[in-house]
Amino acid sequence: MTATLENPQTEMGAIPSFQVTMRVERFDPESGSGSYWQEFTLTMHGTDRVLDALHQIKWDLDGSLAFRRSCAHGVCGSDAMRINGRNRLACKTLLKDLDLDKPVVVEPIKGLPVKKDLIVDMEPFFASYREVMPFLVTTGNQPSRERLQSVEQRAVFDDTTKCILCAACTTSCPVFWSDGQYFGPAAIVNAHRFIFDSRDEGAQQRLQILNDKEGVWRCRTTFNCTEACPRGIEITKAIAEVKRAIVTRSF
Amino acid sequence: MQTHSYDVVIVGAGGAGMRAALEASPRARTAVVSKLYPTRSHTGAAQGGMCAALANVEDDNWEWHTFDTVKGGDYLVDQDAAEIMAKEAIDAVLDLERMGLPFNRTPEGRIDQRRFGGHTRNHGEAPVRRACYAADRTGHMILQTLYQQCVKQDVEFFNEFYVLDVVLTGDPATDPGARAAGVVAYELATGELHVIRAKSVVFATGGAGKVYKTTSNAHTLTGDGMAVAYRRGIPLEDMEFFQFHPTGLAGLGILLSEAARGEGAILRNASGERFMERYAPTIKDLAPRDIVARSMANEVREGRGAGPNKDYVLLDLTHLEPAHIDAKLPDITEFARTYLGVEPYTEPVPVYPTAHYAMGGIPTNVRTEVLRNNTDVVPGLFAAGEVACVSVHGSNRLGTNSLLDINVFGKRAGIAAAEYAQTATLEEMPEDAAHDVGVAIASIRAGAGTENVAKIRRELQETMDANAQVFRTKESLTTVLADIEALRERYARVGVSDRGSVYNTELVEALELGFLLELAEVVVVGALAREESRGGHFREDFPNRDDEKFMLHTMAYRVPPTARVAGEAGEVVGAGEIVEAGASAGEGTPPRPTFEGTSVRLDYKPVTVTRYQPMERKY
Repeated sequence: MTATLENPQTEMGAIPSFQVTMRVERFDPESGSGSYWQEFTLTMHGTDRVLDALHQIKWDLDGSLAFRRSCAHGVCGSDAMRINGRNRLACKTLLKDLDLDKPVVVEPIKGLPVKKDLIVDMEPFFASYREVMPFLVTTGNQPSRERLQSVEQRAVFDDTTKCILCAACTTSCPVFWSDGQYFGPAAIVNAHRFIFDSRDEGAQQRLQILNDKEGVWRCRTTFNCTEACPRGIEITKAIAEVKRAIVTRSF
Repeated sequence: MQTHSYDVVIVGAGGAGMRAALEASPRARTAVVSKLYPTRSHTGAAQGGMCAALANVEDDNWEWHTFDTVKGGDYLVDQDAAEIMAKEAIDAVLDLERMGLPFNRTPEGRIDQRRFGGHTRNHGEAPVRRACYAADRTGHMILQTLYQQCVKQDVEFFNEFYVLDVVLTGDPATDPGARAAGVVAYELATGELHVIRAKSVVFATGGAGKVYKTTSNAHTLTGDGMAVAYRRGIPLEDMEFFQFHPTGLAGLGILLSEAARGEGAILRNASGERFMERYAPTIKDLAPRDIVARSMANEVREGRGAGPNKDYVLLDLTHLEPAHIDAKLPDITEFARTYLGVEPYTEPVPVYPTAHYAMGGIPTNVRTEVLRNNTDVVPGLFAAGEVACVSVHGSNRLGTNSLLDINVFGKRAGIAAAEYAQTATLEEMPEDAAHDVGVAIASIRAGAGTENVAKIRRELQETMDANAQVFRTKESLTTVLADIEALRERYARVGVSDRGSVYNTELVEALELGFLLELAEVVVVGALAREESRGGHFREDFPNRDDEKFMLHTMAYRVPPTARVAGEAGEVVGAGEIVEAGASAGEGTPPRPTFEGTSVRLDYKPVTVTRYQPMERKY
């Protein structure tokens, strides 16, 4: 199959269409059989994303195809999946940016149990997140107004506040795949967000948790997480900052 | 089927639901039941800010905020509620800061504030810096912060449980003693039904933007809570008022925050003219959304649109410093790059209005108690956020007031629901509480229906966009009403190919479509009856506001099919025709119309006016 723009010189304003083959990993736990691949050939348009292609399959060809999605523009984190071997959000991946000469391969994210088609069990992921105390810890009386924080203090942890908990990073990590005990990048990112917040007083406890054998030291700095992050968070850098904090901050 | 018992059950885990949970869970045994994982909720897509008269950067006070909210809502706002919201806004922002929300800061380290549409100094003199914000991801930060606090408090969640029914002890239409007894939920992972008994039920399920095709709303925003309540005899208030946000990415509907204009961006037509100067000479691009959206649509309609089809206008940020854009508007500029391939540093961004927010919803009083008519509450039933209508937004919500609404009234709902539960008893559930839901699911899943869910939904959304959007007429609304009735008739024969129990998302979409059809009818019937233009509802055949006849909230009741056969009093004229039904609601109020062939009966409720008499709305 070839993917060529049909009539690139179409009339003014018309959106060019093209053919795309989607190769999707299917799994139905109620069928009694294992997973299998299914291909669908679709006609798609210039601004269409992988999510649009999945919707076209679901709405017009096979209603049983199961995947999560909600906001459809990269802020809710529902539709992380493995697209052509890379973890991405289906709603942020434009078809025209992929090599359409070959089928677009779509699989569930790896390392979490598959429940049906592209839907995985997110509970282990959220369990790791909950373990790092992902909330502001303070002592003493609440101030009557806001706590002061300088623009510079706010900037230190800005990057890690962007996390949408989509699990693209954690499920791209070879360490997470191989042992399943590792907290994973997303949990460390969310710990970082508080460890480096000038208002927080729980850093010591969090650093102790992350100094655990399943904590930050399992990171092998493969940068998969940083490449996978749909929010552009420099995750490997954040993990390195947490490692450095464990070494330099006494507790 | 499983049964659970709680003091408080909160339906929905967005901003309002989680804010309620933070108050309810320390006071009473609380569960939050949500169709989505909490962090997937659409609160996270809100961008620009949350207004509160902190006066951190310039003179401001809550009374100005109240006035702006009332005027912005074109005087259909209940002024007591708006005053509460503007007053409690200050603590609502400070609460979030104390929970850890990373607001942008002033050079002095205080919460920074910026301008937003319709928010002004001293009753309209000039735009005021009132919106507290975290870049253009304020909603994301609110959602994350509330979820973090829920984790800290160990709030109990039922994630991916879809509430399909509310159980009441009687029919709220006829039984003054009807009170909440619980909800019925469908577990997405297993297909199992759960009856969750509770003394208090809080609806916080968000909006219904998917009745339209072009929308900023998530796929999952299908008005579930509104429709569930409505089907059980609770009225819906002011549903004809839908907000179309001016700056959706053209053709896609993805939201570009009003904060862009707050930071200085300008709307231009094809010839580069700053056209808002003609429509709102004082505050120009920062006029309220209804006015800007209508102005944009008018530019396009009169041939001044940009692009090859002249079907959008341009949002120009090119005069802003790239560093300023990166600091204040990083996400929306990335949306423009990702989805349209436009570089906002150097090129204007194609935009067009997108269905954004339901001003209407389940009527409540300021204590968030759900009303079963104009005055009486359903004990134990609460609602907050977009699903509810307090009414703080009237006929047009001001930007940032939704993030405020969910925090102020979410908090109130959590407290009220827990306090009610402390003295109430757990109502007995009928043994067949899940019967209706079970039948509905079985008939779709196992039935022989042949109508396609996606096809009906697409047709619904297309006719709503074409006929019930920014501009409306009797003809367009009559057309869309007939379409809806035909689609409802087809929906009765809807079928799915997936017969499974595990994550049957096709079945979920079929159930959601049923809710959308129900609500679309209410929107259109309300719009047809409201023969005036006010806020987000613009009738070209009645272009002026008519306070004498319509300074009233619409209250739409669902007429059960049996009662429909018996017929409401009144002369039958034909589908979509307004006929007078019985006595009018009182002196000076419009007749209560009913619409032959629809399931909607309309009534009206007075607007609460305290300080501000209606004036002409000019900006």
